[in-house]
Amino acid sequence: MITLGHYLVLGAILFCVSVAGIFINRKNVIILLMALELMLLAVNMNFVAFSAFLGDAAGQIFVFFILTVAAAESAIGLAILVLLFRNRATINVEELDTMKG
Amino acid sequence: MVDNTVAIAISMADVRAMLPELFLLAAAFTILMADLFIAQAQRSVTHWLAIASLLLTGALVWRASGDDSLARSAFGGMYIADQVAAVCKLFILGSTLLAYVYARPHLKPRGLFQGEFYTLTLFAVIGMMLLVSAGNLLSAYLGLEMLALCSYALVALNRDSPLSSEAAMKYFVLGALASGLLLYGMSMVYGATGSLDLGGIRAMSSSNLLHPDLLVFGLVFIVVGIAFKFGAAPFHAWVPDVYQGSPTGVTLFVASAPKVAAFGMAYRLLDNGFGTPALWPNWAAMLSVLAVLSLVIGNVVAIAQTNLKRMLAYSTVSHVGFLLLGIIGGGADGFAASLFYATTYSITVVAAFGLIVLLSRAGFEAEEIDDFRGLNQRSPFHAFLMLVVMASFAGVPLFVGFLAKLQVLKAVIRADALWLAIVGGLCAVVGAFYYLRVIKVMYFDKPVADAPVLGATDAGFRLVLSGNVLALIALGIFGGPLLTWCMRAVAAS
Repeated sequence: MITLGHYLVLGAILFCVSVAGIFINRKNVIILLMALELMLLAVNMNFVAFSAFLGDAAGQIFVFFILTVAAAESAIGLAILVLLFRNRATINVEELDTMKG
Repeated sequence: MVDNTVAIAISMADVRAMLPELFLLAAAFTILMADLFIAQAQRSVTHWLAIASLLLTGALVWRASGDDSLARSAFGGMYIADQVAAVCKLFILGSTLLAYVYARPHLKPRGLFQGEFYTLTLFAVIGMMLLVSAGNLLSAYLGLEMLALCSYALVALNRDSPLSSEAAMKYFVLGALASGLLLYGMSMVYGATGSLDLGGIRAMSSSNLLHPDLLVFGLVFIVVGIAFKFGAAPFHAWVPDVYQGSPTGVTLFVASAPKVAAFGMAYRLLDNGFGTPALWPNWAAMLSVLAVLSLVIGNVVAIAQTNLKRMLAYSTVSHVGFLLLGIIGGGADGFAASLFYATTYSITVVAAFGLIVLLSRAGFEAEEIDDFRGLNQRSPFHAFLMLVVMASFAGVPLFVGFLAKLQVLKAVIRADALWLAIVGGLCAVVGAFYYLRVIKVMYFDKPVADAPVLGATDAGFRLVLSGNVLALIALGIFGGPLLTWCMRAVAAS
């Protein structure tokens, strides 16, 4: 029997994987963008699970909005990435350290 | 199975309540399309159209706030049009207007005077207006994202600058992370209360919940999300890089209006949503830690800065600490003090960056504090304007910054958190050091040999900037009406 708890644990694991992906990854900005998408999907998992458990459709409607915004967000993220590569010829996270202090 | 059918009916009353946003949306689309047919030489048309639409929207907000026949809540509670929203919106529109006036002479010689700047800022303003009027977690999230997505693109406006694109990437990653954390908190709150409506959450959280821990767990993530958007320490990593990396014309905008919007978001979520006596100690304790860290880190690190934009960024972190102190105080007094702080801060910071624009010219950015050496000998009036802005930031009596800090400290003392008031007072003294250093550099240092001449700005720019700065003194002495307005707004909402 799969209960609400199972879904929430799955959501929490996905969330932790994405946070780890953001903070441990020091090499590639594209992996950062993937981790950010995963974070939003973890949230979607939570919303859908709660929505089904509560018998309330509002949570699933929220998911549609999150999916839409996530698409817009990755479009802007990739656009900035292209810009960064054109100006710096690198997408290495460790080399993004011009400004300090 | 629960019956989920909801009657959806959009009445004229809903549309009328939301008229300012709808008007600005239509204006933004019109400008977006009209700008396509405008040659670069006539780009000023876009500039004046954008200013006119902000003024008209402001007039609509002003009229709606005094019209008692209008609905205070529309679209099934998704949109709230109360007095706090009206005050926030007027200052968001006003500081954006000032940002437009100050940004033009900076963007023009650098090839950045494009229609994108105006359409992106207008859409960001709509996002902010929706955010401060949000009555539902969904509308708060959508307003926030509309602001954030436009801001990421704005920071990268200077396409050929490696610094700008690096700042935009950092802003994007940390901003998206903050949205993710905020959403995770929202999902937990939804699970605990079964409601996305802020009023519903408030009502449910005072009843017997099945899992009260889930609600507090979600609240932690929401507070972290708010702190990220404010730029409160320890979530301030993006602030200095974004301020330094983006063109000053964009920094003007990013530094001012969004702070008022962030206050609006905090008010909606923490007061309308989680303002119950049972939940207040939870978020007030978290905010206390954030406020103390912001005050200490912001003020201490700002001392070490040589770049004026970066120094102002750290000073923002410390001002956010003060703003949070008022929110911790809670209640009508605390939120009114914070609202007063946020609104006056937005017009002070926009003047500070306006003065940086004034001293910049093509091929030269007056970003280093050393560029202001001996400014008094070259242009006493502009040195005086900078003196007023810095004194107001430092909280010297007679200037508006003092009044704002005083109100916040009063609110904290009333909430029995004397230690927070002491930390706040001590940090204000530390903060005075680096503001006074700028004044010392301007008045007592010799100008360097190749001292920059004042940049080319028109008379209108100088007039608006002088009026803006003199308003800081006027509000410092006669700030009573604005303060009363803020108090009445919070008490009535």
